[in-house]
Amino acid sequence: MVHGAEAVRGQAGGHGHGEGGGSRRDFLILATTAVGAVGAASVLWPFIDQMNPSADVLALSTVEVDVAPIAVGQAITVKWRGKPVFIRHRTEEEIKAARSVALSELRDPEADEARAQRPEWLILVGVCTHLGCIPLGQKPSDPHGDYGGWFCPCHGSHYDTSGRIRRGPAPQNLVVPDYLFASDTVVRIGEVGPAGGAAA
Amino acid sequence: MSAPVFKNPVVRWIDYRMPVFTFLNHELNEYPTPRNLSYWWNFGSLAGIMLVTMIVTGIVLAMHYTPHTDYAFQSVERIMRDVNYGWLIRYLHMNGASMFFIVTFIHMFRGLYYGSYKAPRELLWILGVVILLIMMATAFMGYVLPWGQMSFWGATVITNLFSAIPLVGEDVVSWLWGGFAVDNPTLNRFYSLHYLLPFVLVGVVVLHLVALHRFGSNNPLGIDTKGPQDTLPFHPYYTAKDMFGLGVFLIFYALVVFFAPNLFGEPDNYIPANPLSTPAHIVPEWYFLPFYAILRAVPNKLGGVVLMFASIFVLFILPWLDRSPVRSARFRPIYKIFFWILVVDCVVLGVVGANPPEGNWVAIGRIATIWYFVHFIILVPLLARLERPRPLPASISQPVLAGGGFAPAAARMDKA
Repeated sequence: MVHGAEAVRGQAGGHGHGEGGGSRRDFLILATTAVGAVGAASVLWPFIDQMNPSADVLALSTVEVDVAPIAVGQAITVKWRGKPVFIRHRTEEEIKAARSVALSELRDPEADEARAQRPEWLILVGVCTHLGCIPLGQKPSDPHGDYGGWFCPCHGSHYDTSGRIRRGPAPQNLVVPDYLFASDTVVRIGEVGPAGGAAA
Repeated sequence: MSAPVFKNPVVRWIDYRMPVFTFLNHELNEYPTPRNLSYWWNFGSLAGIMLVTMIVTGIVLAMHYTPHTDYAFQSVERIMRDVNYGWLIRYLHMNGASMFFIVTFIHMFRGLYYGSYKAPRELLWILGVVILLIMMATAFMGYVLPWGQMSFWGATVITNLFSAIPLVGEDVVSWLWGGFAVDNPTLNRFYSLHYLLPFVLVGVVVLHLVALHRFGSNNPLGIDTKGPQDTLPFHPYYTAKDMFGLGVFLIFYALVVFFAPNLFGEPDNYIPANPLSTPAHIVPEWYFLPFYAILRAVPNKLGGVVLMFASIFVLFILPWLDRSPVRSARFRPIYKIFFWILVVDCVVLGVVGANPPEGNWVAIGRIATIWYFVHFIILVPLLARLERPRPLPASISQPVLAGGGFAPAAARMDKA
């Protein structure tokens, strides 16, 4: 009943309080909409953010690897953030091959010195930069491609002994993750070194 | 209804081929609604909003939950601790169930008070009772998913209800379980159905709305609208009123979620399920307590189960039990008294359900159970014959616009 009476008044005098073109009703509608929009946005955010990596996932975002048992010429693969990381103990020849290439020959020019904190240890995210397959080349029996590094069997990308793209469809070099040598034999992948040591 | 002319040419092009905009305009904008609806009419839209809230928060929880006996409890704890805003979304869902039942129960009692179940709205009412049943099934299965002690033993007790069925009872129960006890197969199927049923609910709610929009809302006077002078367009009058009510409701909901999130829950459900040990005092969620009290009031297994289901099924035939042509309790002085006694009776049943079945609680539970059925089976049909209703106003607008002598009293009662 009360409502009905108000409604009648509202219809008759809705614009009775107008000042300078804007009525009190316009102000109320605007203010209500603004508050509603802010409220809706603040409710929306938790529903979006819940899909971001959660605290327990982030807590596992560094792994510590003991590289002492890896002999020269050997490579191991460890899982880091759900992806393979290649750790290769390079031979002198491999290092020399990587460092003797002229940058102008490279599709994604990057010096080997900038990709390996310690020349003998090459640490790479083992995901082809083309479409995300895992390149072969970790085992001695694997194909290593035409440049002695890795070969991606999905679409035929060849990577050299520094993990740089040399031939095939991949646009970029294999990514070097953040890592830090905690000691001579322990490397922490996912951690930025004290010197900002990201080798990427 | 005249087909509206839309200004936007794209809208006009679509609407000509697929008249969704005409439909929306007709059902949500110009939809004629009785002009005298009180705030008791907010609870239907609130229930709809709660259904959407439950589906949205539920889909999010399903992204992080693992339906396996070994991981379910841990995955819920992970949601509470590690998932970004997981605690918020789970508390919204968990307390959302309680909010959903609160608004639905109020919505139903409003229907009982104002006779909204009477012709021509019988189907609307029946669909509403179907919605309640599906809600109860969904809520029960959802409560099992965290796989705490109450989840497990609640599931055990409720599924055992079906063992009361003569001859095939045991087979039905082991079919429900998918094994010899509540276990991983049970958890998996409950999860599947808990995800499915809300969408079934959406379907039934659509039918509920189709039935509603056939004759429009009932109103506090319980008399039919007689023309445009009795109605207002739904927008902006009732959209605004619903929004205001929603704001008040959300404050209440938020207070519970942020300051007392475990108010409605049982601490025992934070203990992982243990099939070898029943907690000392198991109780269902609060919204099942009145029904639980009815179940326990009967000293016979089958009898208790039958009576519990009957307490809901009696609502299906209510439109034919109450033959009084007057809808609103405002004009039914005796029915109004019994209505409030029924409300108290349901609250008493809830309190009985929350207490152990010992001492006086047993007797109180039995009296309250008997009263519940006496109300619907005996009093309601009897009142329809014996009660002398007060005179009805000629129309909804008459007491307001003509300032009839009846209006002030009516307006005061309507403030509630």
